Amino acid sequence: MHELPVTEKILTIVLKHAERNGLKTIHSITLQVGRLTDLQDKWLQHYFNYLSRDTIARDARLIIRPEPIKLQCGECRTIIETEKRDLQDIVCPHCGADEGFSIISGRGYYIEEMEAE
Amino acid sequence: MTDSVKLIKVRESIQADNDQQAQDLRKELKARKTLLINLMSSPGAGKTSLLLQTTGRLKDEYRMAVIEADIDSTVDAERLADSGVEAIQLQTDGFCHLDVPMVQQGLDSLDTHVLDIIFIENVGNLVCPAEFDTGAALDVMILSVPEGDDKPLKYPLMFSKCDALIVNKTDFLGTPLTDFDLELLEKRVRKLNREIRIFPLSSRTGEGIKAWTDWLATMAAEHNT
Repeated sequence: MHELPVTEKILTIVLKHAERNGLKTIHSITLQVGRLTDLQDKWLQHYFNYLSRDTIARDARLIIRPEPIKLQCGECRTIIETEKRDLQDIVCPHCGADEGFSIISGRGYYIEEMEAE
Repeated sequence: MTDSVKLIKVRESIQADNDQQAQDLRKELKARKTLLINLMSSPGAGKTSLLLQTTGRLKDEYRMAVIEADIDSTVDAERLADSGVEAIQLQTDGFCHLDVPMVQQGLDSLDTHVLDIIFIENVGNLVCPAEFDTGAALDVMILSVPEGDDKPLKYPLMFSKCDALIVNKTDFLGTPLTDFDLELLEKRVRKLNREIRIFPLSSRTGEGIKAWTDWLATMAAEHNT
């Protein structure tokens, strides 16, 4: 839903790194996007093309790697990897707790690297 | 691509800047003894009505203001201003959530030194406001009974980040208009948030509001010492 503000931030960060490294063209940007976010890959690239049109990132391809959802059991601290659709049925495989899990991964937007010259 | 193509390690989170600003703002407001509360919900869950009821009940003890972020409208700010609560309307330019710079813009228009409690009425949706820290000391969401008890299944991030959940429009419960199950809702919410405080209430009838305002008063006392 908020692809536009997220894309603006991505662009700002990659342009900052490009300037720092004296680069002229950005070819690709690799992102990690949490599976709990409701971001649509297609729209992310669409907005990126629009926002970057007058910059050195104008032809950059976004490579989006999903970041898995990981929860930690509030009782025994076991870490459990899951999918969004299974969240509500989660039971700790170690101690059997069925509530009080905390989300430790799957909600972030992270820029890993970029290919540029 | 040519040999001159380099791989640059960026390793930066998109939220990092905002998260840092949020921490700084929390520290600053704690030092100023002003409790900032981020209020989130779907459109129509009753944010403005609840704020009117809440400020009406607490106005003798606390100095309060509201930062209003409803998209392209001043209706909510006007309703609040009519009740005597200072309300700042933010120009969010169609943004789907508030971030710290936008909240700061609202705070700059308020005399925070004399205020005890400031409410942020965030943009009405359960997706985007869940992902961006506003710098508030407390995150509170309102779910209204007509929306259904299945919302924690659809918006887990929102329910997981809140300190309190207000279940509004409880006057619908026990009527043929809804099959909303409060116990089932609580079970679903505690899955990812065991500590959350839940306040079933009706802004319309006033039922249950005292428990909420009592909790707020405790939180304000704790924060503003």
